[in-house]
Amino acid sequence: MEKSIGQVRKMIEENKKTASFTNVVEKIIPKTLFVIAVISILTTLGILVTLLSETVAFFKEISFIEFFTGTVLKPLGQNAQFGVLPLLTGTLISSAIAMVVAIPIGLMTAVYLSEYASEKVRKVVKPILEILAGIPTIVYGFFALTFVTPILRSLIPGLEPTNILSPGIVMGIMIIPMVASLSEDALGAVPNSMREGALALGATKLEVTWKVIVPAAISGIVASFVLAISRAIGETMIVTIASGSSKNFTFDLTQSMQTMTAYIVEVTGGDAPAGSTLYYSLYAVAMTLFVFTLVMNLIAQYISRKFREEY
Amino acid sequence: MKYFDSGQIQKKLGSRLLLNQVAKRLFFLATLVGLVVLVILIYRVFSDSMGWINFDFLSNRLSTDPQKAGILGAITGTFWLMVVVAPVTFFLGVGTAIYLEEFAKKGRFQSFIQTNISNLAGVPSIVFGLLGLTVFVRGLGLGAVVLAGGLTMALLVLPIVVVSAQEAIRAVPQYLRDASYGMGATKWQTIKNVVLPAAIPGILTGIILALSRAIGETAPLVVLGIPALLIPLPEGIFDKFTVMPLQIYYWTIDAALVAEYANLAAASIVVLLFILFLMNSVAIFIRNKYQKRY
Repeated sequence: MEKSIGQVRKMIEENKKTASFTNVVEKIIPKTLFVIAVISILTTLGILVTLLSETVAFFKEISFIEFFTGTVLKPLGQNAQFGVLPLLTGTLISSAIAMVVAIPIGLMTAVYLSEYASEKVRKVVKPILEILAGIPTIVYGFFALTFVTPILRSLIPGLEPTNILSPGIVMGIMIIPMVASLSEDALGAVPNSMREGALALGATKLEVTWKVIVPAAISGIVASFVLAISRAIGETMIVTIASGSSKNFTFDLTQSMQTMTAYIVEVTGGDAPAGSTLYYSLYAVAMTLFVFTLVMNLIAQYISRKFREEY
Repeated sequence: MKYFDSGQIQKKLGSRLLLNQVAKRLFFLATLVGLVVLVILIYRVFSDSMGWINFDFLSNRLSTDPQKAGILGAITGTFWLMVVVAPVTFFLGVGTAIYLEEFAKKGRFQSFIQTNISNLAGVPSIVFGLLGLTVFVRGLGLGAVVLAGGLTMALLVLPIVVVSAQEAIRAVPQYLRDASYGMGATKWQTIKNVVLPAAIPGILTGIILALSRAIGETAPLVVLGIPALLIPLPEGIFDKFTVMPLQIYYWTIDAALVAEYANLAAASIVVLLFILFLMNSVAIFIRNKYQKRY
């Protein structure tokens, strides 16, 4: 009897020991995980701080007005000029071309998959679209330069070997799956009772889709468009490969133009010496790019949160 | 009293039905566009690479002579890059997800981290390249080595891992946790022994998808100054390296100088797509095989 009480006591002691260890673990783990979670915030801060500090250095040498209204970008040699407008137009034009391709085709794909396709068709098409979305952008760049550009050149006389049209179109194709899948999610969230109600009133399938379902899902659809624009603005390799590095300030689609992203690739690839205006211009352009995409993303979040219809 | 004019309806009915049929076919054609482009793209890449993919191409080092050039260096570089990216994203991504799902109190801070992560997901990859250049390559003085590239890539794909891990953890039903607590387990014991094992298929799927994004990503590495022409093979995380997308990039833009470079680029694309295809198959396999539906 005496012995077993001793044993029990021993067990309790041992339990206390492991319990105190367990307690320490229970206290440390949440703190460790908190620190890990904060790293994502530090990443954002890191981006902001690096971009901001070098951008400030840039604007000490080049005035704000000169940068944002200058139509000439000539970063090398004597009399270097740093106007961002050629890059801005290049970025906006290539994104606009991409949207002309991606928005109608993406939305129609979404409507087909959500409203018309049978379960069988959907099961085949959706994975294929996922494959299309998973192809690295460098592959699309290769495709644009070696396949789309030659075809376009045989159709459009006067199209330059590197031009903004071809990467714009290919970028649009790349973005189709994104618009399709986000819009389809929005369409799928519209309850069936609304479809049934409209059909019962004698509307055709097209009228149901176009006058009831799409308007009901419009917030999600518009959000997907805005995200797609943001994606196109930030896209790098396709435009770098297929649009060349001419810093033309033009609205002529047949010409070579440089986007903000392509400029960053060109300058970093050329090993700009740290501390030079050229080096700082990199960050000023990146900051502009970052602000553009951030605003787009915030708008998309705002739209889908604010205007979401709850059924 | 007539509520509607049936003649009017009859008159319009024909065009309405016609429009309906036309629209249906139009939507179908639009859906086909994506599929057709995919087929053309793959056919094009394969036909360009015909005869260029062989054992020599996979086992040779880089060379300016197209006949001797191989991608062993790029494959080795990609391997070492993954050696850095995989554990770092796992640790950071899953850690963040556990914190957000299991520990963080619902409130301002939690939604702040959440918003921050979805914004990070929308930052162009090239901006991450500048972050890596400033912080890892120059700031820490690492140079254009595997570790610098890997850390940059890890931050880039972090949102993918966090979001998929969160979804996986959220899908573990509450009664499993309650049962664990009921048997006297502590919170961490419950997470470690019950929640994570149940969520691991979803987490792994997310990590594989994140890695396949990292394998195909080019822009940030160009910004970091990773060279494409590199003869020595990397042997560790502090060595200089190159990866397949960079080889494709330089071969594509130099194809104007040496026509065969286009074939080399196409051949590398086939190898890259094959690796991505394998990884995605594994992800889908894991998802279908081990994903339990509660």
